[in-house]
Amino acid sequence: MSAVAEAPVAAATADARKAGDWLLVATAILLCIWVLLPIYLLIVNALSSPQEVTAFPKRFFPSFDVGSLAFFINFAGVARALWNSVLVATLTMVLSIGFGAPAGYALSRFDFPGKETFRFLVLMTRAFPLPLLALPLAVMFIRTGLDDTALGLALVHTTLALPFAVLITFSLFSGIPVELEEAAWTLGCTRLQAFRKVILPLALPGIAASAVFAFTISWNEVFAAAVLTIENRTLTAFLLQSLGESPLYLKFAGGAALVVPALIFIFAVRKYLFAMWGIANR
Amino acid sequence: MNGKALPYLLLMPATLFLCVFFLYPFALVAFEAVTRDGAFTLDNFRTMAGSWKFPATVRNTLLLAAIVVPIQLAMALLMASVVSRLETGRSAALYIFAIPLGISDLAAGLIWLAIFDQSGFLNTLLSGLGIVDRPIMFLGYQSKLTIFIAVVLAEIWRATAIMMVILVAGMGLIPREYHEAAEVFGASPWKRFVRITLPLLRPSLQTAIILRVILAFEVFAVVAALGGTNLPVLMGETYNWQFTLQDRNVAAASALLILAISIGFTLFFLRVLRVPREARI
Repeated sequence: MSAVAEAPVAAATADARKAGDWLLVATAILLCIWVLLPIYLLIVNALSSPQEVTAFPKRFFPSFDVGSLAFFINFAGVARALWNSVLVATLTMVLSIGFGAPAGYALSRFDFPGKETFRFLVLMTRAFPLPLLALPLAVMFIRTGLDDTALGLALVHTTLALPFAVLITFSLFSGIPVELEEAAWTLGCTRLQAFRKVILPLALPGIAASAVFAFTISWNEVFAAAVLTIENRTLTAFLLQSLGESPLYLKFAGGAALVVPALIFIFAVRKYLFAMWGIANR
Repeated sequence: MNGKALPYLLLMPATLFLCVFFLYPFALVAFEAVTRDGAFTLDNFRTMAGSWKFPATVRNTLLLAAIVVPIQLAMALLMASVVSRLETGRSAALYIFAIPLGISDLAAGLIWLAIFDQSGFLNTLLSGLGIVDRPIMFLGYQSKLTIFIAVVLAEIWRATAIMMVILVAGMGLIPREYHEAAEVFGASPWKRFVRITLPLLRPSLQTAIILRVILAFEVFAVVAALGGTNLPVLMGETYNWQFTLQDRNVAAASALLILAISIGFTLFFLRVLRVPREARI
């Protein structure tokens, strides 16, 4: 702001501005509490003994008793469900990056007929409740032997994660100047060499972030997992199907097992959150 | 390698994948919904709509969306404004606000179960303050209203982050000069927000609302964790038709209904919030 405009209003607005700053900080803190407090309460439950979890009234601080967690880990099927969740999420990660990153690169570097159609197809996937796809696929998977396998579920989860992988890698590659690549070509690199030696090292952190995001999407997905798995249930499917009969401390320990990795994942990809959602506007 | 073919080669895996696992299943679900044993019929829809739970199911789902989405929109705008005006602690606030983005809807349901359960933290607080003598059963089959409120809170808690991130990105695109000019002419912060931020944020608002409305019709695990079968919603009933009642065709009809509602609302918001090409920044 210029000095001319500032001089007369400065005194008058100084107080208002100070009050505004306080209000801003107070709002920010309140909103942070709104987000963090419920997670804290779940963690309190997970770190209390089974007796404390079902007792009333509750303590607002954890007793750091691992009884609930131990019960959860040793409960029949949990270890396997955890393993299945990791396996499906890893497959989803590999598939969505493997299919998505080349597409993202093509979109950022070439102009060609059909580009808009492809972008439309990708954006369209967001306008549909994708987990519903699991219903018709359940039959198709039985015919092809993919039913109740990690790969079958990972394929459905990839439809969820692929659009994000395409969009984030697109914005990544767009952010790397094409001149760098061209310089490598003039120095005698082939297209593949230039990509591997110049572009890939620059893009790798972002690709890793979108891989982590794909992992998180699969890790968290409930509906398709519950529809497509019977014996090889993932953690979410296991928890959902045992909601009716499992004791509270099992639910809360399971909830914590779902939440804690997610917290780490989101922390790891926080820089790339905007690339994933932001460019949907354009 | 031929330069012209390269982009198509690169796009091919993703395109093929989406055709097989996105377009084809949709054709399949539509086909299953209108057939039974290979013959065309509308019976699946009749069976679905004839279920005694159906009216409550549709009402709950639409009511949830109608209550949750506007509150989320307001909260996401508030969060985005706070984030874009904070000078210190901006990235910390952004990370904390974005946390629910990474949390499963099932986990969100369990988190709020810890609060609303009969031996949960809300009852502890209420009895500690002397408001109630003994714990209230918030989530029993006789307390549909409190189940509904718990689901609304859990949904607001869980899914505001998606809108917030989109809106923060959108606000970042609005040139600072507009705000500075308005400030020079004496516009109050509220006026600047209403006259500058909101109109220029329209494309992001459109994206955020569409995404969020579609997710709202998909509400499933939060309700399952908090209300069990006491608060039937469309996605949960679809799951029931598939599993408990073992009727794929009716499940497909139910899925098609959710799709139709989602597409209908998407088109509605695309039209209502459309941005003329020349008005884009």
